[in-house]
Amino acid sequence: MSKPEYEARVIPCSARPLRFDATKCVGCNRCLEVCQVDVMLPNPQKGAPPLVFYPGECYYCGSCVMACPNPGALSLVHPLMNQTKFIPMKDPAQGG
Amino acid sequence: MKWPYENRAGETRRMECDVLVLGGGLAGCYTAIAAARKGQRVILVEKGATERSGAAGSGFDHWESACTNPCSRVTPEEVAQAFIDDKDGYFNGISHYIECREGYDRLLDMETFGGKIRDTQDDFAGAAFRDEKNKFLFAYDYTNRFTLRVWGSTFKPALARECRRLGVTVLDRTEATALLLDRTGAAPCGAGAAAMNTRTGEFLILRAKATVLCMSRPARVWLFHSDLVGLSEFRPTQCIGSGHAMGYRAGLEFVMMEKSVRGEFSAAGRSFPPYSAGNNHNTWYAATMVDARGVDIPYVDRDGRVLKTVDERYRPAPGQKFFLKGGTIDEAAYEVRGPETMDAAALLAQGYQLPFYADLSRMPEMERKVIWGLMVGEEGKTKIPVLKALTDRGFDPEKHRLQSYGSGWQSASFLEQERQLFGAPGGLMNDWDLKTNIDGIYAAGDQLFTGDCCGHAAATGYYAGRKAALRAASLEALPACDEEEAAAEQARLLAPLFRSEGMDWRELNAALAKAMQIYCGGVKNDAFLREGLDLLRTYREDYVPQLSCANPHELMRTHEVLDLLDVCELILNACLLRRAGNTALCFARSDSAEVDPPGDRRFLTLKKEGDRMVSGSCPLDYYGDLKSQYEAHNADYLEEVAHEQA
Ligand SMILES: Cc1cc2nc3c(=O)[nH]c(=O)nc-3n(C[C@H](O)[C@H](O)[C@H](O)COP(=O)(O)OP(=O)(O)OC[C@H]3O[C@@H](n4cnc5c(N)ncnc54)[C@H](O)[C@@H]3O)c2cc1C
Ligand code: SF4
Ligand code: SF4
Repeated sequence: MSKPEYEARVIPCSARPLRFDATKCVGCNRCLEVCQVDVMLPNPQKGAPPLVFYPGECYYCGSCVMACPNPGALSLVHPLMNQTKFIPMKDPAQGG
Repeated sequence: MKWPYENRAGETRRMECDVLVLGGGLAGCYTAIAAARKGQRVILVEKGATERSGAAGSGFDHWESACTNPCSRVTPEEVAQAFIDDKDGYFNGISHYIECREGYDRLLDMETFGGKIRDTQDDFAGAAFRDEKNKFLFAYDYTNRFTLRVWGSTFKPALARECRRLGVTVLDRTEATALLLDRTGAAPCGAGAAAMNTRTGEFLILRAKATVLCMSRPARVWLFHSDLVGLSEFRPTQCIGSGHAMGYRAGLEFVMMEKSVRGEFSAAGRSFPPYSAGNNHNTWYAATMVDARGVDIPYVDRDGRVLKTVDERYRPAPGQKFFLKGGTIDEAAYEVRGPETMDAAALLAQGYQLPFYADLSRMPEMERKVIWGLMVGEEGKTKIPVLKALTDRGFDPEKHRLQSYGSGWQSASFLEQERQLFGAPGGLMNDWDLKTNIDGIYAAGDQLFTGDCCGHAAATGYYAGRKAALRAASLEALPACDEEEAAAEQARLLAPLFRSEGMDWRELNAALAKAMQIYCGGVKNDAFLREGLDLLRTYREDYVPQLSCANPHELMRTHEVLDLLDVCELILNACLLRRAGNTALCFARSDSAEVDPPGDRRFLTLKKEGDRMVSGSCPLDYYGDLKSQYEAHNADYLEEVAHEQA
């Protein structure tokens, strides 16, 4: 069987689920290895945060953040439309 | 960018074992552990990474039907029968009885693997839902104590570790794609599976004496969002019913595939992320709800009696032995109906004003802390995306109310044609060995019909692992593997890599979902179902040969849509079989005036033989008396357990 060439291409989407803080991330790839969806690919630059190739496939489970040894290096953010509204107890008319 | 992993397209790896487990979620891990404990050589194939894969990968908050725990006041027979009755008989009596009987044993196993099942830090000392001696925390029915609150986020890593400790060969990032059959005997039998590495494209031929299917159930059938694919459904992106598809192609028998329900979750569309909106169901039971003015919404018992205290929300009604709550319970039958907030229509008629909110501030401290912190926190997809995200945004359960967007825990209003396989849907048919209709092939967890919930996945997984181990031990040699069949599978799998500028998998998934909404929506009729099948045929003939992709990751997604095509075909055929409306199956027809005719109260089964669909039927209670049948089939296990306790 002949061998097809592989190419890595980012499949963009309207949301940005994963946000890395490059000053805290050490590029250990724990987040990448634990992700069941395989949303990220390793960064060719050693020590740098993984690259998010398939953001639209993210299931928003948070396992990557739970696995990260450096708090704050990675955060998970739901699309804006998915942020539920809350209001303070005293004045129910005000939005939260 | 250059693909960062090796290119092994066209290469084949051959491996052999006694018991092959497909899918490494809760069910698959317990299957592997049971078979390994029996001394069998086990391979576990997981498409993602076992450490956090599956519906329970990031956690879960409650373990249902642990009827044999020392605090329980109900029997496995009572609870299993209550579930069966609640579903009007359209329920897997075998697998749910196994759950009621053995689920607690699996919880104790989990503790030895390192999972947390007790309030060891005494965070909830003195709470009404805590047993002080065992340090167990209970949910829902505090009187009868058969559902436990657990620290589910600790479970999957513990299971993955235990599998490796027992010498299970774990193949992560490997998708099973087809069942291999030995057709040399009088009847076909399972011979293993074909698989592909999702990073390298390497093809695997996995030969085994027994195979167990633990790949959960289909999703993205009616609901698909091409932009936010991973939010299309409730279950993980990975779980779209490949197990059903490969089973269908191999001739396994299915039941209840005509059942689907109006959508409940799709955070890419009409609903919010699960458990992130104000509600009082499941994880949030029994939160205090208030209306827009801040007025308490009353809880009532099954007789409409208004409950005065928070504690009463967790107690059976006068004269009621126990009540049911949990994953598959929507509106429970009267006998087991638990406390619930007053019906939304009645509330509005009485002047209550929308929107409603969850207001934990007025609950006793322990109840607030256990909902916001333990339940929301351990429940799947809540620790980071809900608990942390809302806390970071400033939400404080003592100071804020969280908005509710619907009348139930769905927090959404879907259209009738936006459907899901949810709330005890169909799946593989099984006998008392959790064996399918083909010898050597077993199933567990959500891949079984009406499979649902963690206790069920763990208990049936372990049980299937035991039975598969027995089968493997009884065979001297591996069943024969058909090399031609394997080569054809490899060619099928790799084909999209050899095309460029073709169709992206998303385009086909979107077309399938739209077709299912049109031809297999809320109300069925033969003309539409047949049109649907015809359309699928054209997709198969004209568009499947156009699918193309650039690397093994995209190829895995492409395979998923090919599997979905089979799943859609299976569902349409199952719908054609059922001739009249059926309330319990949420099945309506416009071309038949009949609803629930007594003669139709049967399971209708379906399997594929070559290109032919073969249908059958059997009584709803085909499994016989639960207790005596279970005991007749499990003398060995009962002896083992008795021995351990002695
Ligand atoms: C957010 C959420 C919260 C929940 N909370 C609870 C709860 O609190 N209590 C409760 O009882 N239940 C809960 N459930 C349900 C429960 O998690 C599931 O019923 C249970 O985990 C099913 O286990 P399973 O092993 O059958 O399937 P899964 O755990 O989903 O495992 C299936 C596995 O198969 C793998 N797979 C799929 N296709 C292939 C393939 N082709 N090849 C190889 N591997 C494959 C998948 O990657 C996955 O790991 C929840 C579910 C969700 C989604
Ligand atoms: S949230 Fe879950 S699915 Fe998304 S990248 Fe993290 S681990 Fe993967
Ligand atoms: S786990 Fe954390 S530190 Fe490691 S690569 Fe991911 S974000 Fe960076």
